[in-house]
Amino acid sequence: MSDPQRISIAVLAIGGQGGGVLADWLVDLAEHEGWIVQTTSVPGVAQRTGATIYYTELFRGEETGRAPVLALMPAPGDVDIVVAAELMEAGRAIQRGLVTPERTTLISSSHRAYAILEKSAMANGMADPETVHAAARVASRRYVCFDMASIAEDNGSVISASLFGALAGAAVLPFGREAFEAAIRRGGVGVESSLRAFGAACDQSQRSAGRVRREDRQGAEIPVARNPAVNALLAEIREAFPAPAHGFLVEGVRKLIDYMDIGYAHDYLRRVRSVAMLDARCDGQRREFRVTCETARYLALRMAYEDTIRVADLKTRAARFDRFRREVHAFPGQIVYVTEFLHPRVQEIADTLPAGLGRWLLDTPWASRAVDRLAGKRLVRTARLRGFMALWLIGRLGRYRRRTLRYAAEMRDIGAWLSRIEHTMLEDYDLACEVAECARVLKGYGETGERSRRSFDALMRAADALVGRPGSAARLRALHRAALQDEGGCALKAGLVELGSSVAPASVDPASADPASADPASADPASAAGA
Amino acid sequence: MAERSFRKEVQKLRLGAGETFRGEGILAVTKALLQSGVGYVAGYQGAPISHLMDVLADARDILSELGVHFETSANEATAAATLAASVNYPIRGAATWKSTVGTNVASDALANLASGGVTGGALIVIGEDYGEGSSIMQERTHAFAMKSQVWLLDPRPNLPSIVSMVEKGFELSEASNTPVMLELRIRACHVHGHFVARDNVRPPFTLQEALVTPRRDTGRIVLPPASFQHEKDKIEKRWPAAVKFIAGHGLNEFFDGDAADVGIILQGGLYNGVLRALERLGLANAFGNTRVPLYVLNVTYPLIDAEVVRFCAGRRAVLLVEEGQPDYIEQNLHAILRKADVHTALSGKDVLPMAGEYTGEVLLCGLRAFLDRHAPRLLQASPAHSSVAAHPAVQALAGVVPQRPAGFCTGCPERPIFTAMKLMEKELGPLHVSADIGCHLFSILPPFNIGNTTMGYGLGGAAASAFNVEAPRKAIAIMGDGGFWHNGLTSGIGNSVFNRSDGVTLIVDNGYSAATGGQDVLSSRAANPTRSTNNPIEQAVRGVGVKQVTTITRTYDVERMRQALREALDGGQPGHKVIVAQSECMLNRQRRVKPLMKQAIQKGERVVRERFVVDPDTCTGDHACVRISGCPSLTIRPNPDPLRVDPVTHVDDSCVGCGLCGEAAHAAALCPSFMRAEIVFNPGPWEKFRNRVRTRVIRALQRQVRRRLDRYAF
Repeated sequence: MSDPQRISIAVLAIGGQGGGVLADWLVDLAEHEGWIVQTTSVPGVAQRTGATIYYTELFRGEETGRAPVLALMPAPGDVDIVVAAELMEAGRAIQRGLVTPERTTLISSSHRAYAILEKSAMANGMADPETVHAAARVASRRYVCFDMASIAEDNGSVISASLFGALAGAAVLPFGREAFEAAIRRGGVGVESSLRAFGAACDQSQRSAGRVRREDRQGAEIPVARNPAVNALLAEIREAFPAPAHGFLVEGVRKLIDYMDIGYAHDYLRRVRSVAMLDARCDGQRREFRVTCETARYLALRMAYEDTIRVADLKTRAARFDRFRREVHAFPGQIVYVTEFLHPRVQEIADTLPAGLGRWLLDTPWASRAVDRLAGKRLVRTARLRGFMALWLIGRLGRYRRRTLRYAAEMRDIGAWLSRIEHTMLEDYDLACEVAECARVLKGYGETGERSRRSFDALMRAADALVGRPGSAARLRALHRAALQDEGGCALKAGLVELGSSVAPASVDPASADPASADPASADPASAAGA
Repeated sequence: MAERSFRKEVQKLRLGAGETFRGEGILAVTKALLQSGVGYVAGYQGAPISHLMDVLADARDILSELGVHFETSANEATAAATLAASVNYPIRGAATWKSTVGTNVASDALANLASGGVTGGALIVIGEDYGEGSSIMQERTHAFAMKSQVWLLDPRPNLPSIVSMVEKGFELSEASNTPVMLELRIRACHVHGHFVARDNVRPPFTLQEALVTPRRDTGRIVLPPASFQHEKDKIEKRWPAAVKFIAGHGLNEFFDGDAADVGIILQGGLYNGVLRALERLGLANAFGNTRVPLYVLNVTYPLIDAEVVRFCAGRRAVLLVEEGQPDYIEQNLHAILRKADVHTALSGKDVLPMAGEYTGEVLLCGLRAFLDRHAPRLLQASPAHSSVAAHPAVQALAGVVPQRPAGFCTGCPERPIFTAMKLMEKELGPLHVSADIGCHLFSILPPFNIGNTTMGYGLGGAAASAFNVEAPRKAIAIMGDGGFWHNGLTSGIGNSVFNRSDGVTLIVDNGYSAATGGQDVLSSRAANPTRSTNNPIEQAVRGVGVKQVTTITRTYDVERMRQALREALDGGQPGHKVIVAQSECMLNRQRRVKPLMKQAIQKGERVVRERFVVDPDTCTGDHACVRISGCPSLTIRPNPDPLRVDPVTHVDDSCVGCGLCGEAAHAAALCPSFMRAEIVFNPGPWEKFRNRVRTRVIRALQRQVRRRLDRYAF
């Protein structure tokens, strides 16, 4: 039952977001306007990054002087305004029943502060914002949602100021904008920047149209280049490839020219073309050429593997310097030194050498040992001359890359993967698509990279065993997901054991998923749950 | 110094008669203590009463003007034992702690205090951490009140009621020679409200007077035959005196209503919640006018039989609203009604849940169920709100909205300790880790998932005692500096030395009792004008006989940390090994350092600010770095590479440049994407010149690459 005399407000925030500041402003604002205010919160451990609620009730004062009895916690069906300082907290408020269609105006920032299980997932653990938007539209009387964090940041303030602005702009409290601003002024801390963020958010909230726009990154438009050789490649994409793959191919060509040269991008198109032609024969048209698309995506990533040369090249680029200066908010001309944390191992050094020499180095214990002394932890100061020159020179070795040990190994592996995609496609289209997508597990450097390659190899063997079996694609997909569940490979190993007992015991070797390095701590269900 | 400064709030303690005090519930208690003429206050910090301690610590001047002594106790047992000053002398004393954990620790002293009884009023302010957001086991302080015969006050959660109960509590204590506990739920402690102040009162009898004219009364000491007499005294004298005082001063409240055939008996602390539920059922208004009669127990122990009988007699049914379990009050009421032959039906845990917090929703459902059974005619007016909980769009949230377990703060020096431990577990396999209470307990949560048990504050060492056996692997016990000084020095370290343990204790020494709000402890490095700090843990540990102590003065050195752990676990000399891992709590450090840095920049001094950055184009989105860190500033964002689907790691602006990211990337040989940026303010002319030259050369080389890329750009 809504009482016009009383307004109840729940603020859901994450510890450290400054929900307390917002509550203080609210109290001050309403008390100055002659209302009786009660506010309370549950700090404690929640303050350390957990979710926390501030609850405020405003009561219009009476002549009688009798004190009203106000509640100390929000109850479903009894909340007029919910302010969420982060999008998932809006979702949590809805889950807790605090947002009801008859009464509640839900004001939420659309930005995300990712929870630990979203962040620690080995692949993409990000929660889907659309689910929250959809629930909010159903559950709330009115839904005001826009990015209040960036408004705060743009104005050199914190989110409590833009939340306060959004609250003012939504016009759900019987106080004018000036009254809100006066409360900020009385607060006395960071007044100017708070007022700027407040004002920007207030304006945006009044327009109230704000909604995160979903970007569609795969534009099918093929751009035009100045360079004729590049244009020839782009023309080839246009003419020789099915339209659904164009977006991936354009990005792939862009990446590989950046990575090495036009010839390399040409190699890329040649390889995808072979898959695409087969795809067309396998009725790919009906399936939107999924195999070609995924091959185009992952082949580009695989060919642009991150070796020492690539890392050195990227780290010395002007664009990168501009980016990190922007990211640390350096003013023009301000000195920013940077220190890179590199740790080349003998393996990485051998990888960068000509194939024969690299192999010799790895196979010759005394040479390995000698080089090992040079390898190891390196702090490289790229914004100083010595450090910059070292990386810059390594970055220029790209033209010799085709002779390196790593190149030989990568091309061999890529060839095997492509031919597996092709021959699988002939028998089992959906499975071939999954084989292509399995390349997603290949990532990371050093030991992380090696672990990912072991997982990938195990997946490929499983794919071979699955060809033509019922539900093969779904089963490989499940294994692929298992490979991204825990670092120790426990889930993948379990999946392979299960597969081995049901399909072809000889062809699937669960031991190869590397249980030896199993990390039982990360096999904890809690840490796996986020994957 | 504490996390929050109360210098501003402290001035409110000076308010005189007739002035209005505005602020938090727990600050109102502080003011009420001074208005009651308290002679001394002792306590141990912990949510939700930390602010009471912090305020008093900041209120030195006012306390000394009034002649009030304030102690920051070593633990809750110390705080309770401090009340011994009120045993023989007419001095009012107050102690405070977090309950039930603190009451557990205090219970030895509390039982002795309650057995012998007191002369001056002894009030214990209990911060009840129960329900949502609580960090402790869910138990009731009520049991302690019953077992030691201490009166338990549970006032209505508004400032005037709380303040009045503090004052009445002292009087009750003196009238019945019994210590009194004032229970405040966490929301009541943090509720913002106001009350009309009275003048502060100087204690009429001082501690100095007591010292120069000492009194003793063996009748108050727990030793036969006095102890047997105490029990008789409790029942024959103190209890009746308390009943007389409580009834005589009307500490419990009756609110009349026209629906006289039913009634509600409730704990005072639940009054606002019950009243809101009645209001939502259309049976009360916002000013507390209710149609259902209420009997509010501002004193929940002891119950006043005559009041209960008077309230229940003649009604068809009465509902008891009692939060928590066991249902002590309900059992007691049944006994009272039966003995008095009153036939009123008593409802309670049959319509309300036996366990858990009585939230607004729970109370609404319970009240509705009670009325539906016993007075359905009253329910006609009550509208129901529609629920969208069953809507598929809302149901879909279940799989999406992530949990937010508490974690280490940005730049926390405890994080690298567990990073090192996690890396070491990869070498040695999993270990049994006996955890403690404190921020470091967050290690049991993702991403570290380290820690097997926690048995109480300072008991990390003690809880590993059984593992003092020959085995290929050792257990690691963890303790914070807070827990160490609370009791861990004896219960953990001393115990291990005495029992010739070969195990390892890791003491996290961040310079504060950080989890409770950053209060100083014995080993804090800060100079504290009123407390003795800078007493090193290493010295204490050596003092009780530990021979192998490694002190690491920078926990962010993951490699060094890992090495120390490895050495301690790898045997070496027999005997207990202690690692003291020192780095200042980052929350407190930032509070200390940030303003200084700002000042220095303004003054034109050369200042370097450090922070970390991740290169999104070399990050491959595996997030191995997150799994050994979990720093709030180390987060993720959509991958800028349109070909990749997995998000990249990203360091946000909250980064304080603690250095862990780099150390961890090195120690775990992760990836080359991390870099440390040093942002220079006010560089000297020579540095500026060198940088100009350097930048020019670098830009020239970069242009070469850019030209090639531009040629092919599209």
